Amino acid sequence: MSMPFYVSPEQLMKDRADYARKGIARGRSVVVLAYEGGIAFATENPSRALHKISEIYDRIAFAAVGKYNEFENLRVAGVRYADLRGYSYDRADVNARGLANAYAQTLGTVFTTESKPLEVELVVAEVGTTEDEDQVYRLSYDGSVADERGHVVMGGQAEHLSQRCAERWEPGMDLEGAVRLAVDVLGTQPEGQAREIGAAQLEVAVLDRARPRRAFRRLTGPVLAELLGRA
Amino acid sequence: MTPGTSSFLDFLAAHDASLLPGRDLPGGEVPAAPTATTIVALTFDGGVVMAGDRRATAGSMIASRHIEKVFPADEYSAVGIAGTAGLAIELVRLFQLELEHYEKIEGTLLSLDGKANRLATMIRSSLPLAMQGLAVVPVFGGYDLARGEGRIFSYDVTGGRYEEAEFHAVGSGSVFARGSLKKLWWAGMDQQDAVRTAVHALVDAADDDSATGGPDATRQIWPVVATVTATGYRRVDDEALATAHREVEGVRRATRGVGGDQR
Repeated sequence: MSMPFYVSPEQLMKDRADYARKGIARGRSVVVLAYEGGIAFATENPSRALHKISEIYDRIAFAAVGKYNEFENLRVAGVRYADLRGYSYDRADVNARGLANAYAQTLGTVFTTESKPLEVELVVAEVGTTEDEDQVYRLSYDGSVADERGHVVMGGQAEHLSQRCAERWEPGMDLEGAVRLAVDVLGTQPEGQAREIGAAQLEVAVLDRARPRRAFRRLTGPVLAELLGRA
Repeated sequence: MTPGTSSFLDFLAAHDASLLPGRDLPGGEVPAAPTATTIVALTFDGGVVMAGDRRATAGSMIASRHIEKVFPADEYSAVGIAGTAGLAIELVRLFQLELEHYEKIEGTLLSLDGKANRLATMIRSSLPLAMQGLAVVPVFGGYDLARGEGRIFSYDVTGGRYEEAEFHAVGSGSVFARGSLKKLWWAGMDQQDAVRTAVHALVDAADDDSATGGPDATRQIWPVVATVTATGYRRVDDEALATAHREVEGVRRATRGVGGDQR
């Protein structure tokens, strides 16, 4: 009778984490930035239909990197969670914190009990009435949650891009400044010249504080080109 | 976490059906509950107008004089409801959510026919309620982005869906409102004419139906009037309604008769 190999829990978790990290680093980055009028999201995504950034609820948006089928499932679950909560209580009772907790539970459970962790990293962001009330949560493949301020970069060369972002981001930027910074950051490369990413290759959206109910808005076509100063 | 339907209703039924209104009803008489009354809808050149009076009645008593019965279903459609107020308002809330849920999950709007069919299914599923005397009858109108025109759909309690070409009215005062619209509506009217005509039809309905409340200039309570055009749903403001009401009153006074000259 053969004995199964003994693998220490430390090694098991490390292997899973490495596997997930590798999967996440393969894709393109997503940049999330706070600006004076709300929260901006940007990523390089040539597809018009397969979104990485989406609306969850009135003031809440979702951004993800990693495997599409996995984060798409999480997104749909999030929309259902939010709509169900809003329907059974009130629209005002749906918040990003609750949603982030629900995601953290799912991601954590899958990481420890399933044979393969989810290769995704998420941001759940909620725009408040003032800049101080904005909430941005970053969720990792293992279910860990970080409460972020100002700016987040995930996926791809996240660490490198995050540094670039930190150098130039400042509180109270306007929308144009924030979108340009995000696109510049997406275009930077570890070595050599930065790439210029065309408006058609970008997926940009905002949670606009000034909009009355549903704050989420995609920026496309001429609006985006004008913001980038390439009209 | 399972992939599935883009319908919130189907999801809710599978997840927790007890949250849906009107399932598992006990038998017996239902005590008098507030009933919402007259809604009119008419098409004009470039969209639809929908208007509802502000009265709800429970038996012979006025239960509310400022209830609202016309709602945005989504950005490009409106829904007005007559019948048992509590259920009707819940139905509208669910319908709004159904459309928004689909939009968020699919990343695209339902077609206007799709929305109208969805509402028909919802009405049909509340047929047991209707058989207990708790009927809800909506009228649905919206701007068809594909065809570039306003369209109106009427329903019966069994969920039958019928497209109306020009105008429609539901509720206790609908007979009078429809009679009024028959004389007042003309093809190719503009938005302002349509708003005034809708107010006129409600005034005529309130004239003959005790359950319909006319515009109340003393309390400044005006009907809820909404327009849906290519630019989306918009509620007509009180000032414009006060003006429309004055014009209607003017017409009625000028001919010294109830009803007044047409147009």
